[in-house]
Amino acid sequence: MAKFKLPKNSRIKKGRHHAAPGGASAKTRRFKIYRYDPDSGDNPRTDTYEVNTEDCGQMVLDALIKIKDETDSSLTFRRSCREGICGSCAMNIDGTNTLACTKPIDEIPGEVRIYPLPHMPVVKDLVPDMNNFYAQYTSVEPWLKTDSPPPANSERLQAPADRAKLDGLYECILCACCSTSCPSYWWNGDRYLGPAILLQAYRWLIDSRDEATGERLDDLEDPFRLYRCHTIMNCTRTCPKSLNPAKAIGAIKKMMVARR
Amino acid sequence: MRIQTPLARVRYLGSAKEGGDHWWWQRLTAILLVPLTLWFVASIWWIVVSGASHHMFQDWLSGPVAAILMLLFVGALFYHLKLGLQVVIEDYVHYKPLKWTLLIGLNLGCLIGAVAALYSTVAVAFGG
Repeated sequence: MAKFKLPKNSRIKKGRHHAAPGGASAKTRRFKIYRYDPDSGDNPRTDTYEVNTEDCGQMVLDALIKIKDETDSSLTFRRSCREGICGSCAMNIDGTNTLACTKPIDEIPGEVRIYPLPHMPVVKDLVPDMNNFYAQYTSVEPWLKTDSPPPANSERLQAPADRAKLDGLYECILCACCSTSCPSYWWNGDRYLGPAILLQAYRWLIDSRDEATGERLDDLEDPFRLYRCHTIMNCTRTCPKSLNPAKAIGAIKKMMVARR
Repeated sequence: MRIQTPLARVRYLGSAKEGGDHWWWQRLTAILLVPLTLWFVASIWWIVVSGASHHMFQDWLSGPVAAILMLLFVGALFYHLKLGLQVVIEDYVHYKPLKWTLLIGLNLGCLIGAVAALYSTVAVAFGG
């Protein structure tokens, strides 16, 4: 059954307070950050860091890097491109899954609360275990599948109107903000593919050059893989790239009806 | 603990190749139940308010329109109930023995309920 309380060793305790190096100023902001170190054997805790935002970049990721540089080098998080294209710094900021690198600190009133993506196993601090998510991506075989050989001396052609159908799908960076915001994915993430992977699956279903549409639909037609989606729409609400996974899932369901 | 790759765990037992029918019929029965439920509630309200006797009720139910609508209502209602509650159980019950007990109970319960209600409708309409 769904559990209403976290297991004993997962309950979050009050952590340490780190004052801003160089003293507080008018532009000091407080960051409350989830900390968990599997090697210590301790429960997770939330540490509070004071950050002087006067000499800090404007995004939440800038503050995290500043904290790691100047206050606490043990703070662990993923980051890479710092411009919203790699998806590494996806985390739960101020109650919403988003990318730390594209979330301005100024948009958040009061204390900035930062947790890892919800309902994922935590490796350390803000780093979730993404193995299941990536395996699910592999399972939809995200590549062009064809039996016909490519035209001689030419690439596989696609009409501009068909290419336009991939807009709103190809931009997905697989940051997992949507999947980890979905209650259906929380309760059945082992079998439900979740919004991100279904949007990616639809990207190949709708590709006019692909010749495996039927087999792809066969693989998706399952009470858990596809039909756990109950159109809750958290995915679309939270997507930091403003994509619409719920619409893509709806389109897959329509394809299932169309081939009856 | 089983040593398995994440991909093996994700592929699990493969696709059930079903779920489309469930989705389709859940929506069809929902559409059907909107007018049928309004009709049912209005009819019951009218019968209660008018203080109709059992005999008058029987007269009303034995008419073709009322009988057909009542049979449709009962059938769609129990089928929709089964489809809907099945999703709730699949969503939230992860302890397998309890999950399968509930699913079997739900399926048999709705079947028995539907047959009993259909029989009652026919019995009242055409019997005593």
